[in-house]
Amino acid sequence: MEFARIFRKKSSREIAKDRLKILLISDRVNCSPEMMEMIKTDIAKVISKYMKIDAQSMEIQITKTGIKGRGKTPSLYASIPILDLNK
Amino acid sequence: MSEVIVVTSGKGGVGKTTTSANVGTGLAAMGRKVVLIDTDIGLRNLDVVMGLENRIVYNLVDVIEGKCRVKQALIKDKRHPSLYLMPSAQTKDKSAVSPQQMVKMIQQLKEQFDYIILDCPAGIEQGFQNAIAGADRALVVTTPEVSAIRDADRIIGLLEAKEFKKIDLIINRLRYDMVKRGEMMTASDVVDILAIPLIGIVPDDENVVIATNQGEPLVGNGTMAGRAYQNICERVLGKEIPFIDFEKTISFWTRVTGIFHKN
Repeated sequence: MEFARIFRKKSSREIAKDRLKILLISDRVNCSPEMMEMIKTDIAKVISKYMKIDAQSMEIQITKTGIKGRGKTPSLYASIPILDLNK
Repeated sequence: MSEVIVVTSGKGGVGKTTTSANVGTGLAAMGRKVVLIDTDIGLRNLDVVMGLENRIVYNLVDVIEGKCRVKQALIKDKRHPSLYLMPSAQTKDKSAVSPQQMVKMIQQLKEQFDYIILDCPAGIEQGFQNAIAGADRALVVTTPEVSAIRDADRIIGLLEAKEFKKIDLIINRLRYDMVKRGEMMTASDVVDILAIPLIGIVPDDENVVIATNQGEPLVGNGTMAGRAYQNICERVLGKEIPFIDFEKTISFWTRVTGIFHKN
């Protein structure tokens, strides 16, 4: 346990805080998993027009950048692995 | 003017009943007329924490169903003459009471009491709706854990939607030794996330278990949790009380073992 701690960068406190921030934003926005899935498919479809992407391993997330307090504008983050820039 | 306070959390087992018992007892010890209402129908517990389980004759559901008068169901506390408990029913379920009926009963109690404290059941279903129906102020209890904070956030959203005048946060079971090691969220982390005013921090204290074993609230005694609850009561009354620095009161052993945990 002590040994593992030396090599770990983030404390469990920070992990908990980061997880909660992301979790609560999607909770608060009240975005259903189905809707997230639909947004994801639509984004993949549009991007696919211009470049070859790995739609399987793409991820989307609703999060806040300026964090702190409720009521600030949440943002949608998408991480899309590109397989080939020129289609 | 009487105040109706609901103690709620969303998640179960974070300390709603302990908080209700201690805040109620603390306010009564300061001379206020207080009634504690256990709204967890089917799973009553507040009577046990208060050590009044042997005195129950009538309960909340009997009052609602008109089987007895409000006064008959109220149990006088052992220690404080201005403190009463309205126990919940153990054999009925949550659908036995409606929010409208709760509001009506609370209106009646307002004539006799300064503070009406409602111990809310876990969850966000009917039992929760019943408990918050007549309340104008809330104490949201959470522990510094992901699951409890997530549920607290949901509860706060629901309370805000009901236009509660005052929603305050109690962080329960904080372990300073773990916070020090970076293995537990700090009180300010939790406040940052939930973004409501903090009214109290209760350290994780084995005396809470001992007090529950004995059926005696520990507010106001010398224990760390007892002092924390005392401060919460003062703040409920609107006094400005600085937060105790428990860093200094951490036991000698935590400090000694703490040396080996330093990164």
